[in-house]
Amino acid sequence: MNRNASGCMKKDGKDHLVEEIIARHKNSNGALIPVLHEVQDLYGYLPAEAQAKVAKEMNVPISEVFGVISFYSHFALKPKGKFKISICMGTACYVKGAGPILDKLKENLAIGIGETTADGQFTLEECRCLGACGLAPVLTVNGKVYGRLTKDDVTGIIDDCKRDEEEIVQ
Amino acid sequence: MITVTINNKVLKAKEEQTILQIATDNGIYIPTLCHMDGIHDTYSCRICVVEVEGARTLIPSCASKATDGMVINTASDSVLSARRNIINLLLSNGEHNCLACEKSGECSLQKIAYELGIETPAFIMESMDKATVDDSSVMIVRDNRRCILCRRCVTACNDIACNDVLSVGFRGSETTIICDNNIAMGESTCVQCGQCVQACPVGALTNRKSIGKARSWETTHVRTTCAYCGVGCQLDLHMKGDEIVKVTGVEDALPNKGRLCVKGRYGYDFIYSGERLTSPLIKENGIFRKASWDEALDLVASKFKAIIEKDGPDAVGGISCARSINEDSYQMQKLFRAAFKSANIDHCARVCHAPTVAGLITSFGTGGMTNSIGEMANTNMLFVIGSNMTEAHPVAATFVKNGKRNGAKLIVVDPRRHRLADYADEFAQIKVGSDVAFLNGLMNVLITEDLYDKEFVENCCDNWDALKEKVLEYPPKRVSEISGVSEEQIIKIARMLAENKPGMAMYTLGITEHTCGTNNVMSVANLQMVLGNIGKENAGVNPLRGQNNVQGACDMGALPNVYHGYQQVTDPAAKAKFEKAWGVEGLPDKNGLMIPDMISGLKTKEVKGLYIFGENIVGTEPDISHVIECLEAAEFIVCNDIFETETTQYADVVLPAAAWSEDEGTFTNCERRVSLVRKVKDAPGLAMPNWWIFKQIAKRFGQNWEANSGQEIWDNEIAPLAPFFEGITFKKIQGDGIQWPCNCIESPGTQILHLDGNFTRGKGHLMALDWTPPAEVPDTEYPFTLSTGRRLYHYHTRTQTGRAQGLNELLPEEYADISVEDAERLGIEHNEMIIVKSRRGTVTVKAQVSDRIPEGLVWMAMHYFENNCNWLTGRATDTITKTPEYKACAVAIEKIS
Repeated sequence: MNRNASGCMKKDGKDHLVEEIIARHKNSNGALIPVLHEVQDLYGYLPAEAQAKVAKEMNVPISEVFGVISFYSHFALKPKGKFKISICMGTACYVKGAGPILDKLKENLAIGIGETTADGQFTLEECRCLGACGLAPVLTVNGKVYGRLTKDDVTGIIDDCKRDEEEIVQ
Repeated sequence: MITVTINNKVLKAKEEQTILQIATDNGIYIPTLCHMDGIHDTYSCRICVVEVEGARTLIPSCASKATDGMVINTASDSVLSARRNIINLLLSNGEHNCLACEKSGECSLQKIAYELGIETPAFIMESMDKATVDDSSVMIVRDNRRCILCRRCVTACNDIACNDVLSVGFRGSETTIICDNNIAMGESTCVQCGQCVQACPVGALTNRKSIGKARSWETTHVRTTCAYCGVGCQLDLHMKGDEIVKVTGVEDALPNKGRLCVKGRYGYDFIYSGERLTSPLIKENGIFRKASWDEALDLVASKFKAIIEKDGPDAVGGISCARSINEDSYQMQKLFRAAFKSANIDHCARVCHAPTVAGLITSFGTGGMTNSIGEMANTNMLFVIGSNMTEAHPVAATFVKNGKRNGAKLIVVDPRRHRLADYADEFAQIKVGSDVAFLNGLMNVLITEDLYDKEFVENCCDNWDALKEKVLEYPPKRVSEISGVSEEQIIKIARMLAENKPGMAMYTLGITEHTCGTNNVMSVANLQMVLGNIGKENAGVNPLRGQNNVQGACDMGALPNVYHGYQQVTDPAAKAKFEKAWGVEGLPDKNGLMIPDMISGLKTKEVKGLYIFGENIVGTEPDISHVIECLEAAEFIVCNDIFETETTQYADVVLPAAAWSEDEGTFTNCERRVSLVRKVKDAPGLAMPNWWIFKQIAKRFGQNWEANSGQEIWDNEIAPLAPFFEGITFKKIQGDGIQWPCNCIESPGTQILHLDGNFTRGKGHLMALDWTPPAEVPDTEYPFTLSTGRRLYHYHTRTQTGRAQGLNELLPEEYADISVEDAERLGIEHNEMIIVKSRRGTVTVKAQVSDRIPEGLVWMAMHYFENNCNWLTGRATDTITKTPEYKACAVAIEKIS
């Protein structure tokens, strides 16, 4: 490609905030990861434009930025839903039946692991041990823990979320 | 020294050597996959494990330094078992189908599997996601099914070529090689240099052009020198019969150390084009017809004879070719001087680096790069001014980027924020044509802050007082007003230059193509002398020459003032020497016409006959309308070329020439290195070597030149007749070339000129210089400055690259690069067609809106004829060398309503 005149980067309203984040970290070693954390907080995920902006401002190859983002599961390349459901697939939870619960979640939400529902409400993720093995199997919704579950609890949990959403709207 | 035992053999080794290095040095084989000697630090494949007595586990030999007394086994049962396991896992993961793989026969995975006796993969990995093929790039196919994640491509891209496109993405079993942020290679910032392909040990990366052309064991290898820029990269041509099926860089060869750019690696197939000229052509009633060599040569000779008889030898002129071999340029200047008795011989250095030759001869005594390309990776300071290296000299740019990563400071000075500026510690965005002022400003700070090299200036240079007085007229405040660079930055750069020595200065045509081009060159020389950066390693003034053999064409005397080896035509001793050697009398003893005067002379009838060798002057000279008008007024024009061009259509006779790879000879790169160009096929049809054509014309002037090959011309005439080349013979340059001066057969050549401040001319000459503005500056009617050059994927007027498959796809049309500010003000969108016009002409061209361009600047190239920048450029020239001011003229831009 014509790297010496390849058009300009698109700008969005958060550009100056990204610049501000980078400026704050610029002089510290290993600044890329803390910068990406803050930029993700800003957008809710790390859109391609934000990756490009970080790469350019920090003078780091964008391939390296992406390498870091894709390596750490904390970073997201796609927008997350309003409700982030993380089901524990650690040993204890798995043995106590996390599998069927996950299947039920997939069925009800009609999405796979790492995906978000079309209405932007739910994101389904799996995680490793939450340290709540006594409550196995467990899942969390935006950090709130639900324990000793069976697959029959799934519908109720999703309905709870939807009710919360309605209350907020009202 | 230490002693180690490998496979029961007691060996002496240097301290700090790895087990792998010691084994390799002693002919003991250890297989490797990810290893790249001296470069890699990933140690990812583990295939090179060995057993060390007393060690808890097997250890990777590439990453482990040997210690005294170590006892090593490279092929014990446990070692072989571990290797089998690794290879089995690699084979099981992915689809390694040797039947269909381009790499079969030279694949490391295939080879090691064979050595270990593995017939089929031992494991089945059905649960893995299938890898995919990325077919999006014009030149490179990425077949991830064959990838073994050794990361050699990542190292090649990031640490050798420093293009920073490839990386490793995701993790665990999902790990994959990514381009940029995981986009298709064809849409990424990849410039398709193919260094990753060269590094790939398996068939995961292949050259699209080579697919299906040959199995590796069917090919033979021929080393040669690249046909493109002045870096002079050494190529390994993979030949099947007389077809080049693949090109790789010759590992460890000078100057490129295995590196190539997109043109060098993929721009070779123009020689096979069906459009090649295959017969002499004579124009009759405006139409070309085929003719025999005798008929065409008789006509050329009789026409030139008639013109010379009637109007004298000054009425003919010759333009030699900087792409062709040294031997061709030597023969052409000999034809003009010895046969025609005309002083009018020149070549396209006139439009590029003539100011370098003139300027550096004045300052130092020798008109060439003082140091060498490889030093750029080792210096402490890289000062790059007026040089878009990543596009014009991509392989030299890799050494600059290596140097920066090795800890050197990088200062880039240019009106455009070009790609190299992204790597710079300081980027000074100067106004077009303000170089002398800017350089004077730096020297002003060095002197006023007492940071210059007093000893060097006193002992090795003359004219110090005049220089000092002059630069003191350029304090940062005044320079800031002229150049647009802030006072603070001027001071900062000057201090940085003083603090980081030795330092190298690199420049290209941003310095030379100005009305003050020669002054610009001497200013760079001044700066380096004031810093004491001459005559030592990793220092010097380093002009990057444009054409593959433009250094050589200058060296060969295709200039109106010198015989080859820069022996002055006005020197009676030189005249007598060549009269004796050539067996002629009456060699011209005055300086001849330069190209602009030859061309204009056609219109004024001062020049009647013009011989154009391998130059497309209609596309490359400024003010195309003027050039066409002059050519139309000519009495007789003859062209040697390999293709019909915009210029050959104005010829009366066109002679078909052998191209690169169809004749044996030499190219001289910008670091003065004379390297061999080898023949791999015959020229098509009746086409003949250019030296042969000139010899046949000389014969018709009653001269019988004996030499009958490139080698005979070099060994028997060029070398013995010029002290610079006396010690260079074809026999001595079968491997790496030799850098002149090389004045005896025992001499290894000269890497560094003016060593220890002993300048060729005695003392270095400090030249007191004033800044002068460009000849045509913006005004209300033409409010923009147009600056011109070339882009990565094409070479000049595309006679070669336009016929190399794929390069047109990579750069399909001409562009005008404009700033974001100007685009917004004029309502011009990226990729919108606009009109650019000057006092000479008007073109319609696609706008590229870029934040790399400053407000008020338009930047264009000369690749496509219809909207070639030279319809717009002006005929103002450097006052000393008549090099046109391609870098500055005034234009207007308009939206198409």
